[in-house]
Amino acid sequence: MSVQPAIAAPERFPPLPDAEPSRRRSRLPFSPWHLFLAPLAAIMLVPFIWMVIVSLETRQQATSFPPQLIPSSLHFSNYSAAWNAVPFGRFFINSLLYSLATVAGNLLFCSLAGYAFARIRFFGRDVLFVVLLATLMVPFQVILIPTFLIVKQIGLVDSIGGLIMPNLCSAFGIFMLRQFFRTLPIELEEAARIDGTSRLGILFKIVLPLSLPALATLGIIQFMWSWNDFLWPLIIIDSQAHDTLQLGLSQFQGSHFTQWNLLMAATVMSQIPMLLVFLFAQRWFIRSVAFTGIK
Amino acid sequence: MPGVTLESVTKRFPGGAVAVDDLSLEIADGEFMILVGSSGCGKTTALRMIAGLERPTAGAIQIGDRVVNEVSARDRDIAMVFQNYALYPHMTVARNLAYPLRQRRVPRSEVARRVGEVAEMLGLEQLMRRRPGQLSGGQRQRVAMGRALVREPEVFLLDEPLSNLDAKLRVQMRAALKRLHGRLGVTTVYVTHDQVEAMTLGDRIAVMSDGRLQQLGAPQDVYDRPDNVFVAGFIGSPPMNLLRGRVRSGQATAGDLVVPASGVPDQDVYVGVRPESLRPAVNGMPSLAFEVAVVEPLGDEVIVHGTVGAELFEVAPEESEAALLSGNGERAEAVACLAPRDRPQEGSVIRLGVEPGEVHLFDAATGLAIR
Repeated sequence: MSVQPAIAAPERFPPLPDAEPSRRRSRLPFSPWHLFLAPLAAIMLVPFIWMVIVSLETRQQATSFPPQLIPSSLHFSNYSAAWNAVPFGRFFINSLLYSLATVAGNLLFCSLAGYAFARIRFFGRDVLFVVLLATLMVPFQVILIPTFLIVKQIGLVDSIGGLIMPNLCSAFGIFMLRQFFRTLPIELEEAARIDGTSRLGILFKIVLPLSLPALATLGIIQFMWSWNDFLWPLIIIDSQAHDTLQLGLSQFQGSHFTQWNLLMAATVMSQIPMLLVFLFAQRWFIRSVAFTGIK
Repeated sequence: MPGVTLESVTKRFPGGAVAVDDLSLEIADGEFMILVGSSGCGKTTALRMIAGLERPTAGAIQIGDRVVNEVSARDRDIAMVFQNYALYPHMTVARNLAYPLRQRRVPRSEVARRVGEVAEMLGLEQLMRRRPGQLSGGQRQRVAMGRALVREPEVFLLDEPLSNLDAKLRVQMRAALKRLHGRLGVTTVYVTHDQVEAMTLGDRIAVMSDGRLQQLGAPQDVYDRPDNVFVAGFIGSPPMNLLRGRVRSGQATAGDLVVPASGVPDQDVYVGVRPESLRPAVNGMPSLAFEVAVVEPLGDEVIVHGTVGAELFEVAPEESEAALLSGNGERAEAVACLAPRDRPQEGSVIRLGVEPGEVHLFDAATGLAIR
């Protein structure tokens, strides 16, 4: 009797699909997803591109209908006109102060509170944390007036200090950092404890250096939020000297007509720092993830 | 240099779980004490209580002549090596080693001297600039040890430090640890689930199960004279064969194995025979019929798995001992270690004998050794 192979003879089965077709499919230089994502990205870019175009047109061109997408002449003078029409430099500084101060405050206070919620066991901790989360669901309009009254009582109305004070710490920031701290291996903190580090020392020497991605994220989000904030500055600031950029931009909108070209030029200028923050923080973000090197 | 004393230490976690139950242990100054047991037996919790990372629910912990229950971890003058090393990932090896000293404000020159000494002792000089993420497992383990050594503490605490290493490295590090202890003579408490490590490293071993101390003694003593079925089944690899049997008129019988047991009252027992005690039967020796199922040649010995005849009892053993005890069916599974020249054929039935002195008897009701 001849030896039968353990596996049935290949002819009984349909021919196996060739390796070729899959290679043929991947000969496109991009993934098929790009056919969907590229138009979507283009659509998202339209407002920005339009903004830049309008910023370079004359007032008549800007308000013409149908809109002129390709301006006949480029008026870079709009930028200097916008800068000079209002105290742009002043607004810039105010916005910068507001954003940087709130970022610094958030990074510090949310770290402290987040660490306490993450690692320190105290009476009522979990209840307090749930209450904190609940405050995230309260819309700003509800606490707007009480916040104004408190700031007024302290005497910080119409000042940068009054602008910054209620935003030095956020429930969102505490929540985010608490969640992140909990992902760090607790043995690191125990080892540091045995090595003689105080609680605060553990936070600053061990936990925070390993939390750079989370801190970078919080920083970006807070900066963005503060830079684009309109309602709170509108309420708390009276004098033009203390206006932020967003308030300043609104001055290009009159009750009868709007200088669209100047407004767009001003807006482009006000968005540049955001772009820079994003670019810088993105690189730092990626590098910081590699730096922590936790395995 | 002080020893460590645990007096009736209990740890009950919120939720009711009792991790450590009335543990009393005295570790002499300079001794290498091993806490050994399977996962969840409370050995790591006991270690963490000595370290100060957990507070005992009851009982006292003394380091030297100081009761340290209320003393924080940083003030206990102990150093700990964690199972996954807990090296600071954002610091270089040099900074990791220096960290405990810098924390205590040790002058820079002293820090440099001690770090250099430890680096040389553990062969870390080439790695000082690297980060933990760039090191191999064995290198990280040495850095973790170095970070503990640099403190020159009164007590070393090690939590399964070799369990993440590959087999070959583990053997090397075991020897290195033993040499290190011989050289430094620091009181050491070492936790492991590996009974080979326990036997080879310890001056004394404390076998634990379910939070309780099962037996304390020198490795050889625990091996030769286990106090109960748990220790009997845990220490020794392959584990001791435990057969259900009974004592009648001064003789212990388990299946066809009959061993003299003079002075022992009639009762149900477990008869324990270590695999290495079984050898080809010679006339006059108590023996049993062994049906060979699987033969594992290891080079210097042959491990034979098979079944032996054993009687059936109704009483079911405790959960933790069920895995160790045989006799659930008509035939009990057993293991024998034979010399390569005595290697049997799979499927054959051989007659294996044992010296009466190497047979252990345990009370079937309590699990305690009958002596």
